[in-house]
Amino acid sequence: MSASPNSTLHLQADSVECSRDDRLLFENLSVEVSGGEALILEGRNGTGKTTLLRILCGLRRPDEGEVRWSGVPIEECAVDFHRHMVYVGHLDGIKRELTALENLRVLQTLSGRGRYSVEEALEAVKLGGFEDIPVHFLSAGQKRRAALARLLVTDARLWVLDEPFTSLDVHGIELVESLMDGHLSAAGALVMTSHHQVHLSAGVIKRLNLSEG
Amino acid sequence: MSVWQAFIELLKRDLRLAMRRRAEIANPLLFFVMVIVLFPLGVGAEPNLLERMSAGVVWVAALLAALLTLDSIFRSDFEDGTLEQLLLSAQPLSVMVLAKVVAHWLVTGLPLLLVAPLLAMLLGMKSEAMGTLMLSLLLGTPVLSLIGAIGVALTVGLRRAGVILSLLVLPLYVPVLIFGAAAVDAAASGLPVAGQLYILAAFLAMALSLAPVAAASALRISLS
Repeated sequence: MSASPNSTLHLQADSVECSRDDRLLFENLSVEVSGGEALILEGRNGTGKTTLLRILCGLRRPDEGEVRWSGVPIEECAVDFHRHMVYVGHLDGIKRELTALENLRVLQTLSGRGRYSVEEALEAVKLGGFEDIPVHFLSAGQKRRAALARLLVTDARLWVLDEPFTSLDVHGIELVESLMDGHLSAAGALVMTSHHQVHLSAGVIKRLNLSEG
Repeated sequence: MSVWQAFIELLKRDLRLAMRRRAEIANPLLFFVMVIVLFPLGVGAEPNLLERMSAGVVWVAALLAALLTLDSIFRSDFEDGTLEQLLLSAQPLSVMVLAKVVAHWLVTGLPLLLVAPLLAMLLGMKSEAMGTLMLSLLLGTPVLSLIGAIGVALTVGLRRAGVILSLLVLPLYVPVLIFGAAAVDAAASGLPVAGQLYILAAFLAMALSLAPVAAASALRISLS
């Protein structure tokens, strides 16, 4: 039942269906992603990309079908699944009144320590020197970087990212892409949506377009 | 990372947040003080009348002050996405909810408890009843926070949750109010108060064990 860091990781959505406000977003949709793979969800606005991400990370239940983590439905292995998964959504999940350091420390305690310390993670997203300033005073892009630093402070093997490049500048996007490359070459898995072109050099890239069919 | 550590860390985070927005702490306290101070001005400063009503007035003011602050338990976390992260954390959600409720009580309930004797004195409450007043508030206000957490968890996804939250939570507050005020009244008349206090303690035990679980399930529904 448990997926140790060394076992192969595998997330699978099996014929999931979801409708919102009496409108069918998708049905009989099956996707899977394993270590070293990146799944990029594409599609027009309102085609259910975010909804699918929320289903994949267990925030929302599909109307039909189920999501399995290493073969076990995620409701049955929630703690184990959450320890190995990190989600960065539209909302940053960062408290404005707290500093980046304080924010990350809490998140790290909640989801288990990873390879990087909080300080190293902030250094890695080029927020060194800003760690003691309340996030409130940071720019939107810096705030996004602080949110993305969360990817590094846990040792999550599955990253679920909803529009990670929002409000990042060119350098920020390159930086995040290089973090993703590093994650994929370390046999991590990635599921993301993006309106930008994603340039990844490592891993196998799968694309799923929700606008079609 | 143990559950206990996560509990402490989250509690510390919420207390730190409260320290950085002090206006929110002051708000319910100010409300509590104002209601009680204005009361004698409204009904007239007749000592006997005020003394007889003091238990009820203090308790009603405390209850409404608690109601006023409920939304802050989960609202800001919901709006900035930290609530999502809490749901996805590798810790049991009910324990995390309990940490948030404890922080909420320390920030909003405890100050009320501390100023209550002063205000009760203002209304001319007998000094014999003070101890019981403190004890009944100590047992009762955490129940208000715990029950309130369920209500907020259910309504946090709604845009205007104020009215529905009050309707949802007030009926559950009534027993606490009745037994809390009755205990203080009994103490003022020199009657035994153990019965009422035991019932309040039973409410607290029940709320402590059930409310975090209920609120956690409600949050899962609200965020889906």
